[in-house]
Amino acid sequence: MALVNIKIEGKSYQVDDSLTVLQACRKCGYNIPSLCSWQDGQCSLASCRVCLVEVKGARGLVASCAYPVNEGMEISISSPKAMEARRTSVELILSNHQKNCLQCDKNGNCELLEVSRMVGARDNKYVGVQSPATVDEVAPGIVRNTAKCILCGRCIEACKRIQGIGILGFENRGFKTIVAPAQNRSFASSPCMQCGQCVLVCPTGALMEHSEIANVDKAMKDGKFVVCQVAPAVRATIAEEFGEKIGTNGTKKMIAALHRLGFNRVFDVNFGADLTIMEEGTELLERIKNGGVLPQITSCSPGWINYMEYYYPEVIPNMSTCKSPHQMQGAITKTYFAKQHDLKPEDIYVVSIMPCTAKKYEKSRKEMEVDGIRDVDAVLTTRELARMIKRSGINWDKLPLDEEFDNDLLGQYSGAAVIFGVTGGVMEAALRTAYHELTGKEYGKIVFDSIRGLEGVREASVDVNGTTLKVAIASGMKNAKVLLEEVKAGKSPYAFIEIMGCPGGCINGGGQPYVKPMFLPKEDDNILETYRAKRASVLYSEDERQVIRQSHNNPDIIKLYKDFLGKPLSELSEKLLHTHYVSDRERYPDLKK
Amino acid sequence: MAHLQAHAVKQITEIVNRYKDEETPLMMILEAIQSEYGYIPLEVQELVSSLTGIPVAEIYGVVTFYSFFSLKPKGKYVIGVCLGTACYVKGSQLVMDKFSELLGIKPGETTDDGLFTLDALRCIGACGIAPAISINGKVYPKMDPSKVIAVVKEYRDLEKGAQ
Amino acid sequence: MEKIKTEKELKAKIEHCASCLDAKFNGKDGKKHLVVCGGTGCVSSHSGEILNRLQQLIKEKHLEDKATVNQVGCFGFCSQGPFVKVFPEDRLYRMVKVSDVDRIIEEDVIGGKCITDLLYEDPVTHEKVERQDDINFYKKQKRIALNGCSMINPEEIEEAFGFGAFKGLLRALSMTQQEVVDEVLASGLRGRGGAGFPTGRKWQFALNQVNDDKYVICNGDEGDPGAFMDRSILEGNPVGVIEGMMIAGYAIGAKNGYFYVRAEYPIAVSRLRIAIAKLEEIGLLGDNIFGSGFSFRCHIRLGAGAFVCGEETALLNSIEGKRGMPRPRPPFPAVKGLWGKPSIINNVETLADVSWILRNGADKFAAIGTEKSKGTKVFALGGKVNNVGLVEVPMGTTLRELIFDIGGGIPNGKKFKAIQTGGPSGGCLTEKDLDVEIDFDSLVARGSMMGSGGAIVMDEDNCMVDVAKFYMEFICDESCGKCSPCRIGTKRMLEILNKITDGKGEPSDLVELQELADATKSNSLCALGQTAANPILSTMKNFPDEYQAHVVDHKCPAHVCKSMLKYEINPDKCKKCSLCARNCPVKAISGEVGKTPFVIDSSKCIKCGLCMTNCHFGAVEKK
Repeated sequence: MALVNIKIEGKSYQVDDSLTVLQACRKCGYNIPSLCSWQDGQCSLASCRVCLVEVKGARGLVASCAYPVNEGMEISISSPKAMEARRTSVELILSNHQKNCLQCDKNGNCELLEVSRMVGARDNKYVGVQSPATVDEVAPGIVRNTAKCILCGRCIEACKRIQGIGILGFENRGFKTIVAPAQNRSFASSPCMQCGQCVLVCPTGALMEHSEIANVDKAMKDGKFVVCQVAPAVRATIAEEFGEKIGTNGTKKMIAALHRLGFNRVFDVNFGADLTIMEEGTELLERIKNGGVLPQITSCSPGWINYMEYYYPEVIPNMSTCKSPHQMQGAITKTYFAKQHDLKPEDIYVVSIMPCTAKKYEKSRKEMEVDGIRDVDAVLTTRELARMIKRSGINWDKLPLDEEFDNDLLGQYSGAAVIFGVTGGVMEAALRTAYHELTGKEYGKIVFDSIRGLEGVREASVDVNGTTLKVAIASGMKNAKVLLEEVKAGKSPYAFIEIMGCPGGCINGGGQPYVKPMFLPKEDDNILETYRAKRASVLYSEDERQVIRQSHNNPDIIKLYKDFLGKPLSELSEKLLHTHYVSDRERYPDLKK
Repeated sequence: MAHLQAHAVKQITEIVNRYKDEETPLMMILEAIQSEYGYIPLEVQELVSSLTGIPVAEIYGVVTFYSFFSLKPKGKYVIGVCLGTACYVKGSQLVMDKFSELLGIKPGETTDDGLFTLDALRCIGACGIAPAISINGKVYPKMDPSKVIAVVKEYRDLEKGAQ
Repeated sequence: MEKIKTEKELKAKIEHCASCLDAKFNGKDGKKHLVVCGGTGCVSSHSGEILNRLQQLIKEKHLEDKATVNQVGCFGFCSQGPFVKVFPEDRLYRMVKVSDVDRIIEEDVIGGKCITDLLYEDPVTHEKVERQDDINFYKKQKRIALNGCSMINPEEIEEAFGFGAFKGLLRALSMTQQEVVDEVLASGLRGRGGAGFPTGRKWQFALNQVNDDKYVICNGDEGDPGAFMDRSILEGNPVGVIEGMMIAGYAIGAKNGYFYVRAEYPIAVSRLRIAIAKLEEIGLLGDNIFGSGFSFRCHIRLGAGAFVCGEETALLNSIEGKRGMPRPRPPFPAVKGLWGKPSIINNVETLADVSWILRNGADKFAAIGTEKSKGTKVFALGGKVNNVGLVEVPMGTTLRELIFDIGGGIPNGKKFKAIQTGGPSGGCLTEKDLDVEIDFDSLVARGSMMGSGGAIVMDEDNCMVDVAKFYMEFICDESCGKCSPCRIGTKRMLEILNKITDGKGEPSDLVELQELADATKSNSLCALGQTAANPILSTMKNFPDEYQAHVVDHKCPAHVCKSMLKYEINPDKCKKCSLCARNCPVKAISGEVGKTPFVIDSSKCIKCGLCMTNCHFGAVEKK
């Protein structure tokens, strides 16, 4: 880790010798166009050939994303040879790309489109046969279109590195190469979590969420009573979609915007989160008291549920039977709320705004209904919400800051609910309630320690009236595996484990705004390392802003139990708010015997 | 794994264990499976994945990258026509076309009766006797379209005799 | 076999084997020794059966104390195989058939006579030549990499010892590691795989790395279609290559060597396995080899049908169980290679040269060849040439000597058109280049490259546009698909070439072809993509008229591109017999029997050529 002297465009600079030419140039203020390179080169390294520059003395042009700097290096980015070469690489990629940019949902966030502009790519160059396209629209969460894929390999790495399952891979050779699940299957017929981490890194429209905006439009057009409910993690990021810096609290403007989109009611899923805490907290206490299966594992992350059913069905007995917050809230909306307002359940259309792609799958699960009525009818991602706001012409900057969620039976929520969106949040929320239940006192602040130095897996000890409760949290399946193996072997020392499908929790969900440095010139150079903490801080500050900090103190929750459910884990609660899991989910259905 | 018969599971597991002391033995495992089991379908890849920890998609990617690995069973007689330069300039394409015409299949395909697979080979190093073909490892020198008929007949007679 | 535990024992063993071999070749043991060529080419011509029959007859006639027979590696003169050579007479029988075996036993082994009709006949003087070294094909060759091939039984390591195997390693172990590297540097040896990088320099990079784990990798993924040098070396003298690998291992500080061999070479793989097993058995591979303190183990990994795995970093990925997609460099393999450890990757021929160099001295190697390209090169001479086969000549030999002297010229009285060197990464050399002295730099200067040694001769009946298309088809098939310029650029170039050979080309296509060729050359990730356009660039430069004819006149001067072919009946030669018309599969020929010359309707003609084959009078012509 020493400094070296280099020259860029004839000007002298000093940079760390561990950097690549691309990183060094970026630090010194030169953004070389590049496509395949991602964080720490996690991609099919140096494959797009867009980041080519001239280095004095090197044999031919150099791929700056992979070439390390050295003492005395002289780099030319704007040499005609390099510029022409970069343009040709892009033109070749474009010659085998489905160019329906006007209709493509990625327009505005598409790195290929942006880079094409940067290098001045010409139209209609190198026209020829295009690779046959596979369009996979079967999985509710994610859509894959190989005709837009540039084979950068980022998604392959993301799935392997984050979730440790590696659903995607390169297939075939040469021009026939595609990126796909094995056998070019649909995500729906491979053991994919639909977590959307691959969608977050894709530079083009090859991977996107399955859009449900048209479904919501139709419901409104059909005159349904459309109820919108927003997840906690959405408010932490929605402002980014309107050019504000990462870490901006967009809660107030989000509420105002939602009130201007034609919904009959605008609720906060935080209510549902409080409900989940009541049910799950009680469930935990019952197990501890009656020697039930421990550790109990949370169940509000549908990406995690998918993973569990495919890879660790052995831990089903440990799973909480609680539905996730928005599913619970949907069920309550179509029963309790409907009854109070004299509405027919089939006339209500519940739309969840989520930071998540897996929830698009979750809502369509067979179990997520009560007496034939679906709990939730549509799930939109944070990104889709932003699109809806934009197409209505709403000017984000001019939205007022004084509006609230509808205060109508399901309006109130606690600070505990807000932090659901961060890894460790569910745990903390649950502990606040469980602790109070056991001791009668309110719980303070929980402090987590990392487990064995692994950042993604952490544990804590809580002293409850003399007994020590050990708890653990993990986000991202590669991290969770550590805990799951212990549970599977019967050696887990924990009473309660929180698992989130996405690393960092919902603030980093597959439906959240893209964090692509290319489109964020005002952010710091290291934004990819700091964005999660910045988003998390929004939720923590929201928590502290709340008057009510614990789920059991939420007056609307108290009212709901008093007037409708009775008590947590009552027969009605079980029917509406709990579910069960599939123990024999086939990883590759319809394989020939 | 429920899709594989017990003896297949045993065979594949034995192959994987054979190379457990080698570093990154995936290629060796796949080569052994290809030659002993005959092909490497997804069911087999799943089993290899569970035994080695390598993701299925990665194994699938390796199987589809290399010409020697096949997802489908090959015919009883694999006819490889060398299309290397030395053979090509001596007319091996015509030999390939003749086989294609006689067997009714294109390179890479297998006849419906499962007898013949036609493959394009990339130079087997027998350039001195170009154009060369190889059938199940047996090399036939100095081929031309007229000899193709005799070769096909040779194998059909072999099959008839076996019946 | 007993384990060799000391250097002294090894030296004694080598001496003993040398005298055995000497006795064998020079008749000192009073027996006749027959060797039968066991190269793949000859095996396919039944040399295996010849060997079996000889063994059988020797047994049946109780000749065991009079004669022995064994298999040897490739003689190299493939168009004249199968070969049987008789020692001590040093008599070479060629084109031997299984039916000749009985005569060989009766007349030569028992009767002591030379069977002249089995001897090679000089095509010019028509004289019979008895000794191999007197044959023109062999006269100008110098076997360094091929030393031992066709002399020793590749499955008996004792014969390898008799030929001097392990003398090189012994010498190397008496030097320091740096001294060995310096020796290889001094020899001027440049990589024989194609790039021609100075071997000593590559080893130096690896030696400079401080790491307990280093690897020597032998690149036996000879993917060039038309090249079979490495195969023959491995089949003919595997111990020579193993020794070269061990010397390399000692020099850089590696304890393990990996052979990466194409799966298409089963015999080569089997011979390597046998040699390795036998060397392990006698303690010449393993820990503390003959008490020297040097430990080395050989492993074999197979390819699986991917040309790109001949590229160093793709090869590493293949061994690591991944798709054979190249890695960006730097870091270079010598710094970060197999499993992230310092590794050198050397071609088979390079390693075979290394063992010779250490055995005989760098100066002897440097005394051969040109100023910047020392030593010899093995070429696989193929295509339209009389003497198709394997030749090893000193660098500096001219193309004319290679094609016309050694190669015996173009068959059937045809005219020489071009010779392609370097396979799909190389270019063609033409009439004007015939007096070029072959070496790494001279070939590059003329738009081609040495490559691994494939040399395909083409004559007037080959269409150069078709040749360029053939190579591009190959490249498209073998491109790994990782980087966009190669994956998409080569496909586009092939589409244009197909368009041209289909008779639909336009002059603007040549402009686009040039653009794409330049783009793939400058933008691709690895040498496969960077050199993919060489055949196009080279043929476009050397045969511009041929390309013009295709895109402007829509004609193929060499009458190869089918869609531009016209079959015509010469009315002067036509005997009006109607044979052609009766056999035409699409009834495109019309005329009156005995009355009018027959005419082909070109709109119906499918250009199958049946009429031309059938006509007894040569009246059908290709235009």
